[in-house]
Amino acid sequence: MLTYDTIESLCRAAEEAGQPISQVVLADQAGQMEASPEALYARMLDSLRVMQKAVQAGMAPDLRSASGLAGGDAAKMQAYAATGGLTGTFLNHAIARALAVSEYNACMGKIVAAPTAGSCGIIPGTLLSVLDEGRCTEHQAVMALFTAGAIGMVIANRAFIAGAQGGCQAECGSAAAMAAAALVEVSGGSPRQCADACAMALKNQLGLVCDPVAGLVEVPCVKRNVGGIAVAFTAAEMALAGIRSRIPVDECIDAMREVGEALPCSLRETAQGGLAATPTGQAVKKRIFGTQED
Amino acid sequence: MTFRLRKANNSMNVFDIIGPVMIGPSSSHTAGAARLGQVARKILGAPAVRADITLCGSFAQTYRGHGTDKALIAGILGMNPDDERIRTSLQLADEQGLEYSFHTANLPGAHPNTARIALTDAQGHTSVIQGASVGGGNILVSEINGMRVAVTSQYNTLIVLHHDVPGVIAAITNVMACSGLNIGNFQLSRPQKGGHAVMTIEVDGDVPPALTDSLKVLPNVISVELIEAV
Ligand code: SF4
Repeated sequence: MLTYDTIESLCRAAEEAGQPISQVVLADQAGQMEASPEALYARMLDSLRVMQKAVQAGMAPDLRSASGLAGGDAAKMQAYAATGGLTGTFLNHAIARALAVSEYNACMGKIVAAPTAGSCGIIPGTLLSVLDEGRCTEHQAVMALFTAGAIGMVIANRAFIAGAQGGCQAECGSAAAMAAAALVEVSGGSPRQCADACAMALKNQLGLVCDPVAGLVEVPCVKRNVGGIAVAFTAAEMALAGIRSRIPVDECIDAMREVGEALPCSLRETAQGGLAATPTGQAVKKRIFGTQED
Repeated sequence: MTFRLRKANNSMNVFDIIGPVMIGPSSSHTAGAARLGQVARKILGAPAVRADITLCGSFAQTYRGHGTDKALIAGILGMNPDDERIRTSLQLADEQGLEYSFHTANLPGAHPNTARIALTDAQGHTSVIQGASVGGGNILVSEINGMRVAVTSQYNTLIVLHHDVPGVIAAITNVMACSGLNIGNFQLSRPQKGGHAVMTIEVDGDVPPALTDSLKVLPNVISVELIEAV
């Protein structure tokens, strides 16, 4: 039985079995949840379908959230992506997917929290991009969600995955780390490389604060999902190139916990600091809610 | 942002991380609110034609921005917390003849995400519940028709409205025992002796529909509703 308290132990279990992380996780979870692997796979496939639908629905140009702060940007990005932009169509379409899911969440659409609603665009933005571009099979993508989930479980156990507890590094940072590991796995990387990708993604999100304007999951959340995919892709690329993280992944998670605990309350989802406290952030809040929120 | 409650380490599974499948933007404002609406509708026992909703604390401040109003109405219309129609529930309410009003108030000592929902059905029957969305889509219902309760969404819970006369509790628990259902927690609330009373019964495992049906027909039982665990 896996305990999900270190990524090292996940890696070792996978190496000993000579299998990808996802496969040992699926077998273990089937045991722990007293369900068949097939049933768990089917449930994960359903989640993938929800993500795919959210990407599609989130691309609608006329989508707007109740506050008016979110919606419509994925459509813009999608149109621009066709031109190839600066970095090519792959990344630009990925940005569009991340925006789409994240905006759809803000607009009361159906999404899969991964690991939270605020960070729900990162895994679809990365994994579905690889899938849609034909660089992995649907089966690989579904399995990679088990790897991502297992990484998230370790982070939740060792640190946190809630912005209120650890800042945005805990939400978008965790999602980027989970996505990085998933990307490496679908690209044929080893469990070790998954762990390194995860570490490098986390390192690049350390210290990210949670400062939602007006307390809504819109600004800066939607665009932080895009930051999250950029971090996930670059970390995965480095790991696949054979670059190792000098700090082992579990120590990176511990560092994230320590940094999160050191963050002042004003930067942990209370909407009292950071971007939420800017003059514009405050004005937006007044416009939406009329009064000062306590 | 997240308001999710984490389960204890040993009960966390991979679908707690890749999941839940939910309606955005936040589970306490959508899933939790929809569940509160559903409880109110269940207690009323018939479709509502009027809903008067009082919000307090942060619900009062932010309900529009978070879509809490839509989720509450969706629940009152009987939608599940992951129903994609939540977004358009206010229009659906108009179409289905549900009038509604939202008010804000200070309810001293109440949880920040508290709603008080008063419903009326076509016959003029009314019911009032008060409850809070306590994170991760979980709820805590603290009052039903003036009676203090503590219904969480952690366990499957039966809410039994009944006349406060001898023998009702024994009859209910007897039927449950015969069906092999284990009671994890039992609470009785009655504003005064001999009037209406409410039992809240948390059970382990699934409650077969046949069981609620057989409880409903017991003497002095007014209604039996099941609030399912999240
Ligand atoms: S800023 Fe806060 S609310 Fe927004 S995604 Fe990050 S952690 Fe979540």
